[in-house]
Parts: sequence; C-alpha cells; structure tokens
Amino acid sequence: MAIIRVENLNYQYSNSDTKAIDDVSFEIQAGDWVAIVGHNGSGKSTLAKLLIGLMAADSGKITIDGQVLTPDTVWQIREKVGMVFQNPDNQFVGATVADDVAFGMENRSVDRPTMATKVEQALKQVGMYDYKDREPANLSGGQKQRVALAGIIAIAPKILILDEATSMLDPRGRQEILAVIQQLKADLNLTVLSITHDIDEASNADRIVVIDDGHFVEEATPSELFTHGRQLVDMGLDVPLPEKLKDALQARHVTVPRSYLDERGLVDWLRTSRLNK
Amino acid sequence: MATDITFEQVNYWYQAGTPFAVHALKDINLKIKPGSFTAVIGQTGSGKSTLIQHFNALLKPTSGTVTIGDRVITNATKNKHLKPLRKKVGMVFQFPENQLFEETVIKDIAFGPQNFGVSEADAQALAKRMAGEVGLDESLLSRSPFDLSGGQMRRVAIAGVLALEPEVLVLDEPTAGLDPRGRSEIMQLVTRLREEQGLTIVLITHQMDDVANYADHVIVMGHGKLLKQGSPRAIFSDPAWLEDHELGLPSATKLAYELQQGGFHFDQMPLKIAELADQIVPQLPKGAITHE
Amino acid sequence: MNKVMFGRFIPGHSWVHRMDPRAKLVLSFLYIAVVFFANDFWTYLIMTLLLLASVVASAIPLGVYIRGLLPLFWLMIFTVLIQVFFGVGGHVYWQWGWLVVSQDGLNSAGLILMRFVLIILVSTILTFTTEPLEIADGIESLLSPLKKLHFPVATLALMLSLALRFVPTLMDEAEKIMNAQRSRGVDFGEGGLRQRVRTIVPILIPLFVNAFNRAIEISTAMEARGYQDGENRTKYRQLKWHRVDTASLVIYVISLSAVIGLRYFS
Repeated sequence: MAIIRVENLNYQYSNSDTKAIDDVSFEIQAGDWVAIVGHNGSGKSTLAKLLIGLMAADSGKITIDGQVLTPDTVWQIREKVGMVFQNPDNQFVGATVADDVAFGMENRSVDRPTMATKVEQALKQVGMYDYKDREPANLSGGQKQRVALAGIIAIAPKILILDEATSMLDPRGRQEILAVIQQLKADLNLTVLSITHDIDEASNADRIVVIDDGHFVEEATPSELFTHGRQLVDMGLDVPLPEKLKDALQARHVTVPRSYLDERGLVDWLRTSRLNK
Repeated sequence: MATDITFEQVNYWYQAGTPFAVHALKDINLKIKPGSFTAVIGQTGSGKSTLIQHFNALLKPTSGTVTIGDRVITNATKNKHLKPLRKKVGMVFQFPENQLFEETVIKDIAFGPQNFGVSEADAQALAKRMAGEVGLDESLLSRSPFDLSGGQMRRVAIAGVLALEPEVLVLDEPTAGLDPRGRSEIMQLVTRLREEQGLTIVLITHQMDDVANYADHVIVMGHGKLLKQGSPRAIFSDPAWLEDHELGLPSATKLAYELQQGGFHFDQMPLKIAELADQIVPQLPKGAITHE
Repeated sequence: MNKVMFGRFIPGHSWVHRMDPRAKLVLSFLYIAVVFFANDFWTYLIMTLLLLASVVASAIPLGVYIRGLLPLFWLMIFTVLIQVFFGVGGHVYWQWGWLVVSQDGLNSAGLILMRFVLIILVSTILTFTTEPLEIADGIESLLSPLKKLHFPVATLALMLSLALRFVPTLMDEAEKIMNAQRSRGVDFGEGGLRQRVRTIVPILIPLFVNAFNRAIEISTAMEARGYQDGENRTKYRQLKWHRVDTASLVIYVISLSAVIGLRYFS
C-alpha cells in the first residue's frame, strides 16, 4: 500500500525564475526506506517541506496515509509524519533533553503523567536516557539528533522524514544515528524517507529516488543505482568504495564483475578469484 | 621567509582563575614545517579548535610558548602588534560563510587586505584574482553574498582569507555540510594552493580518506592532549589504537584489513585506492588479468 | 565577558539551590521591598544578618558574591557621591561653592549604599542558585492568574525560555564571528570612536543574518512538531514546593516583619 503518493507536484519560489519542483510524481510503500538524492539545490529539501505542508505547493496532489494534504488536514497529517532537520541546534527547542522530547506532546495537550512515561521510553529507545537533564549546549550534534528522534517517536508517527539529518555530524555521530534509525524502523514499523548526500545512508534504503533541478529522474534500488559509477557524483552522491576499487582494478586490466557489489561482496569475489588458479 | 609554527609545552585554560576554568590544552609540543600538509584529527571536543586558534594568536597560551615565524607568543605577550601574524596565517573556520557581511561578493573578499593597508583598488584586483582561484564566476562578484548558494558562499569566504595572501592556511573542516562534489572541489582547491603557491596547509578533518590522500603529517588530539603525531602511514598502522580512541581508518586501509583476513598479503598497508589496487593485482591469478 | 560573575548560575545542591524558584522570587521581592523600610542600625542589622544567613545557605563563598559586585563598583561610587554632595541638612563638614558635604548627605549616602549592596546581593543569590529557565518557570507560574484576563502568559513564557535556550548558542556564534573577522585583520577595541563603530559592522551583520535564518529554521521545526497555539498546551516541567520553601518563607516573614515592626512601633 502506498503510504505517500505525490502526483504532478509543482512549486516555484517567488524570488526565482525556475521551478524548484517541476511536475514530480512518485509513490512510497508503507514500511519502505526510500532515499531521495540529488545535488545541492536540486529541490530535495523543498520536496520534504511540501510533504508535510510547511510550504504549500502551487499545484499537484499529496496523499499521506490515505488523506489528501489540504489546509484543513495539515495538522492531522503532521500527526503521522515526524521530521528531523539538518541543523541539530535549530530544532532543539527545549531547555533540557527531557523538555525537548516533551515539546511535541505539550503541543498536543498530552497529560503530564503520560508525557513523563513517554519521555522516558523514547529516550531509552534512542539511548539518551542518561542525558535527560542535560542542556543542549553540552551535547554533540549526533546526540542532539538522537534527542530529535526521541521527540518524534514519542508522538508515534507512521512516517519519518530525514532532511539531511546526518550531514552536519561527524562520522561517529552519523553512524550512531543511522544505527538508531534502523532500530526504530524495525521496532516501530516506520516508513522512512531520507533526503541525503551520504552514500552509507542511501545504501540503507530499499529504493532511491533521484531528483535533479526539480525533476524526477529515476527510481532504482541501491544496487541498480550504484552501478552508475562516476555519474553518481552528479546525483549528489559519492562513488561507493567497491566501485572505486573495481575501477582501479579495471584500469590495471583486471576483469571485474559488471553488477554492483557491496563491500562484503567485493571481498568475497576477490578472495575466490585469488584461489582460482 | 618561510613561516613555521612551533609549540613548546603549551597549556591553555579557558576562563583561567574562575570557578569555570577548563584545562583545554595540556603540554602540547609540535612543529608545523613550511610547505607541509598537516592533518589534525580527533573527536569533537578533543581540543582541535582551541589548538588552531593559537596558530594566529587569537588565543595566547596560558603557559608555554608558541613561535610563529620569528614571533614568540607567551601569556605575557601584549595584544597589540599581533596583526601581522593574522596576515601570515590565514584561518578558514568551520562554516566560514557565517562571516560574510559586505554588500557585494567582491567587497567582502577585498575586506581583509584593506585591513592591512592595501588600497581599495589593489584589494579589488586581488579579490578578483582570488575569486577566480576558488572558481567563482565573475558574474557573481557584484551580487550580494547572501543571494548565493551555500557552496558558493563558502568559496567567497575562503577567497576572503586567501586575499590576505597568507603563507600558512588553516582550515577547520572546510567541507562540512557540502555534497560530495562540493567536498572534492574544495579539497582540489586546497591541494592546488599547496602545489602551485607553496602554501603550508593545516587541515582539521574527520575524513580519514582526506588524511590518507593529502596529508604528509598527522596530529591526533584527544582530551586536550596531543596523543600521537607522525606520517599517515605510521598513524594508520595501528588500527586497534585508533579504535580505542574512536577514530577510523581510511576506507582503502579498512578494506585491505578485510582482504588480509581473506588470505591477501600486504607488505605495507595501503592508504589509497590506487595503492590497494597495485598490491592486489600481483596476487590475482594470471587468468584474471586480460592483456589488451 | 569571562570575568563577569553577576547574573550567572553556579550549579550546586545547597538549601537555596533546592528551593522552588517561585519561593526564591517571592522572597527576593519581599526582601527588596522591605529594604526600603529599614532606616536605622537595628533594622539594617536584621536585613544584613538575614542576607548573610541566605548567603551561607547557598554554599557559595562570600568572595564570589563580592566579585559579582565589582562590575557595579563605579555605579555605586557615582550614586554615593551624588548623595553626599546633594543631600543637604545637619552639620556642614565641608563646603566649596555649591558642593556641600553635610551630615545628612553622608547619612543618606550611607543608607543608599547599604540598600544598593543588599539589593544587588539578594538578587545575586537568586541568579547564582537558580537556572535562568527555572526563573522563567517561576515567573510563568506566578503570573498564571493573569491567564484569566487572556494575557498570553504561556506564550510569553515559551518565548522567554526559547530566548534563554539560545543565549549560549548566540554567544558562541558571536565569538566565532569575532575570531573570523579578527583573523581577517579587524582590531576590536582600538582606534577612535569612528573606527570602533566600523569594527562592529562586520560582527553585527553576520550575527543578525544568522540569527534571522536560525529563527526561520526554529519556527519551521516547531511547526513541524505540532506547535500551533501557545496557550492550549500542557506543560512538562513542573515546579514542586518543598519543606525548605515553607521553612525559608517562615524565616523571611518573621525577620522582615521584625524590620517593619521596629520601624513603626518602636
């Protein structure tokens, strides 16, 4: 079942002469992890904001979980969608970790005892319970993003949108947050939509949607897309390590498999080749 | 007139003498040689940023001495007359686009040199040259820097530092938040500056691949201490130690360790993809290699 | 900036730290109001002893409080001099033109100085022992009766708490921008007035631009998290009134009543 359906979406910023989103249509199935990629300025973040009605599209239709997005349904739709933004500082509104997790529940007038239970539960799920009384100034970027995730799961949405949520983190923070998201997705049966430049984050996805200059370019599985090699850079991604090594081996006259191999696959292939005397 | 930077027994305390005092740098000894490319790595909060602020005397050591070229900086050094150091050692801070303020791109790039007495006309000429150097199109020069994309703003900021014509260029995570193409363009720029103009480069980074690909000297910071320094090869030869300090390996090296477990043999652990491929090929059977 | 102790929170677990911010706010206000009733040796003695007892209960050394007074030193000197020269009456000790040092002038200068010091110190106890956010919570709670008059107490409290939340972030940012501009050859705090004003521009513009962009992002994030109406929200943070609060209240009320009693009935 398609939990997100986008049909012929258009959007143009008032100070621009080209469309930021140009007749984009796609569907996302419930329970999938879909990555949206594209180089900087390709319209990815605009798309995310349109999806939860933070900006209104010029034309087109967005259906979330069977409900068409209109000014009347926007608050109901936001109950179903949680969004983590790029800058860890600019979404942390609470004075302490626990306060920030409670913010979304306060907005929905949840009573205090329920809030207390859910804050505890959510913080434990993202591994931040020990930090519950800390102030944001004393947290790393990765920790702040985990708190943002806790604030979202406390509302129990069906869909999680990550708008370049790992791009300002150091490698350790990025790995931690990706591990947490994978865990949450499995535990809570979430649909994940991640807008990203990070090849590791994209390789976690079931499907990848490529956007360029506001246009829908293609939709593919990671292993289909990753065979594009150098072209991936134009899509705002890096070339995966196994592909880089395959290139280098090919340049040294080694015959390499054409299909995409992940790191494990590449190691296995090289190991068997070595033994095939 | 090459500028080298030497730290001897440098300690730094934030808010020294108050109940909030923090010992941010502990007994640091190091030397940045002219023309070298030094990478500074370490966890967030390990003291990297405090360290580089000593490189152009934005901070003065609480104890110990920092020597920048022929200037010796100690706790007793007066704040006056430090300005020439700022011209010698250019600083590109994290998210440098946050420092832009002028009405036009060219004025912003020309701002630095004018603070050092360069005439407006000369500064503008310099600005134009540096804009070209960082790959900014001429048509952007008369635009407001705030109308540019994030990647372009970052180039403007870097050009603004290059316009000081420094001998040493310090960059604090210059590629943070950029997409892969933007990242490789900035790194190419840095390499070119070093090769063509002989700039000494100090790069703070979390990207071990950048360390492997570009640096010739690595400084590892942790909890305010200098944990280790040496060539990238020496630093990356001890994966267990790196893991203990929550630092990674270059991706080629990591892959090589995995292949080692699969029976491959490496005389010297490769740091770059090309080195890895070079060492793999002779270990593959003849049949795997096609000749033309 | 590093040396300013005035108005900073110092974490701790003392009697005063554990008190409800509402209690601390109310007692501080009561104290400040009653300071103006003190008029002789005995009343000032009670006020001073009460203050010293509170300082001791805060478990922060008196020296730290004194350091907190230093930034206000010139203001105090100025006020005292005004009082000395313009308070007229009683024995005249010294006169030069229209400048007169008289007994009444000295008396009132002494009183003013005493009041000044007591008021500053009692507010310093509040800020040393109470996180800014707790103060905001306390104010919100104390103002909550105004909700009946449709005064947006909760919205104002959220604004205040957001502002407090972003103070460290913005200070950090200001410092980073200053460092960046200093690295581009700006000399802060040097040269004449015109030069000084010129050096502020490269700080203020980026600071404003960044703060503005940040504000847009924060409000987007708040909206995405379901914030629509400031008043119809529940509140996660709760203030709890403990026995220390009642005990402190009793001690203050007795001491302060004594001051008013001495002033009017002795």
